[in-house]
Amino acid sequence: MAKSIDVSDLNIYYGDFLAVSGVNMTVKARQVTAFIGPSGCGKSTVLRTLNRMHEVIPGARVEGKVVVDGQSLYDPSVDPVAVRRQIGMVFQRPNPFPTMSIYDNVLAGNKLNARKMKKSEADDIVERSLKGANLWNEVKDRLSKPGMGLSGGQQQRLCIARAIAVRPQVLLMDEPCSALDPISTSAIEDLIHELKSEYTIVIVTHNMQQAARVSDDTGFFNLKATGEPGQLVEFNPTKKMFTNPDNEATEAYISGRFG
Amino acid sequence: MSTIQADPAPPSDPLQEEGSTGRAGDSIFRGLATGAGMIIMLALAGVAIFLVLQSIPALGASGEQAYGADNIVVYIWPLLFGTVLAAVIALVIAAPLSIGVALVISHYAPRRIARLLGYLIDLLAAVPSVVYGLWGRETLQGWVFPIYDWLHDNLGFLPFFEGPVTTGRTILTAGVVLAVMALPIITALCREVFLQTPVMHQEAALALGATRWEMIRMAVFPYARSGITSAVMLGLGRALGETMAVALVLSASGIVTFNLISSQNPSTIAANIALNYANASGTKVNVLIAGGLVLFLVTFAVNFLGRYLAARGRAKA
Repeated sequence: MAKSIDVSDLNIYYGDFLAVSGVNMTVKARQVTAFIGPSGCGKSTVLRTLNRMHEVIPGARVEGKVVVDGQSLYDPSVDPVAVRRQIGMVFQRPNPFPTMSIYDNVLAGNKLNARKMKKSEADDIVERSLKGANLWNEVKDRLSKPGMGLSGGQQQRLCIARAIAVRPQVLLMDEPCSALDPISTSAIEDLIHELKSEYTIVIVTHNMQQAARVSDDTGFFNLKATGEPGQLVEFNPTKKMFTNPDNEATEAYISGRFG
Repeated sequence: MSTIQADPAPPSDPLQEEGSTGRAGDSIFRGLATGAGMIIMLALAGVAIFLVLQSIPALGASGEQAYGADNIVVYIWPLLFGTVLAAVIALVIAAPLSIGVALVISHYAPRRIARLLGYLIDLLAAVPSVVYGLWGRETLQGWVFPIYDWLHDNLGFLPFFEGPVTTGRTILTAGVVLAVMALPIITALCREVFLQTPVMHQEAALALGATRWEMIRMAVFPYARSGITSAVMLGLGRALGETMAVALVLSASGIVTFNLISSQNPSTIAANIALNYANASGTKVNVLIAGGLVLFLVTFAVNFLGRYLAARGRAKA
């Protein structure tokens, strides 16, 4: 199921504005890869190109290659809708569908695959996904209640359950803990550890300790200079990154001397 | 302290001085705003009182005074029926069309085309209703005539299309004209609501692999449901009260029928008042005003219903 992602010479534009330039990296399968860096340097932008969510913004476009398991995502024959069904995403702010119950929220992605599901099959998916997101015990008695009634941390885990319900190959997380308290954050981090046995995970985070705790590889993004596009400064195993980084700027950022 | 400070004390306390001028401005503005609100209440109450007082003499009207009807109820009922029928036809046509156009503007068309389309729709709202009436009477009725023929030939077994088809100036044509007139307001309101759908919910749907239409059903419609309801109700309000267009288009005979394409058509309250008021005298005036009172009550009820449904939809969301 889990797949690796090869990114080569990726330039990302908003209209005429070059936001990120020259990204090259390989995201390994069944590993957690973290993107760190100061605000506005293009971490989330890069993340959103990995499932073609970037182009949802009018005028946004991409040059270069993103290859998942031999298949180029930006090939003209590839349907972005199909890409997003394979590559799930969790957003910064929990966004369960407000009019849907917990149960329906989990199944939202599955229902898109037009195929009619049996009730028992649907029940199984809901239970498996909620268990996968460590939420089952907290909500199993109120599956028909609205998803908005949960706490922020629970909502975020509901969104993770919704993303993994369709069994994606890759899970992208855009600062999934930045709107959560430390206890919920720790719950999500534990979850990331468990999920990586099945999924390839890419996570954007502002919290360097979080990157150090959860990830195997880390990419450090920064602006070339003020007003210049963002770039991938360094991409290395997390251990090396946090003890002996190749690049001076990385060390300055990680040790808190800048950013 | 709302008056200007008279004592020449030095402005030792800047906070207080600023506060007092601020308060004067506040109370002036509050007075103006309250006054404006009161005027609306008074105007509404005045209209209601006028309608009720003037309608009372009509209660006893019959025969010649009630345009040949036995009493006021028998006279107004077919008009009320026609009013509601024309408005419902208009909504059945306009509501889906408006929602579609609003979606094109908010979610489908490229931005420049969407803006142009938005302007054109807004222009439709600026066309005077008498122009719509003339267009319906002179042009549209010719266009729809063959369609009615076809409907009669193929769907004549339905009570709506019984015919016989002898004119294009039917209640259905009036409904179409009303639909065109209600379209801009429904479209404009729906477009606003659609555009306000939170981006995060739209992205949630897209990231799950929803197509644009699936995203609209998952994120936009649930969010916009109450807004769509109010928009349609406002459109209904416009269709119910429309006068000139219906008066010009409709060849009315004041009967009650669901046959939409014959030459025997129910009239509407507003059009009936417009056509008859100039020649009315004595109790006939009161009879027509009683019709106006009924229309007033119906539009009032529709508005309240719309607000109620909108509020209920919001509470659920």
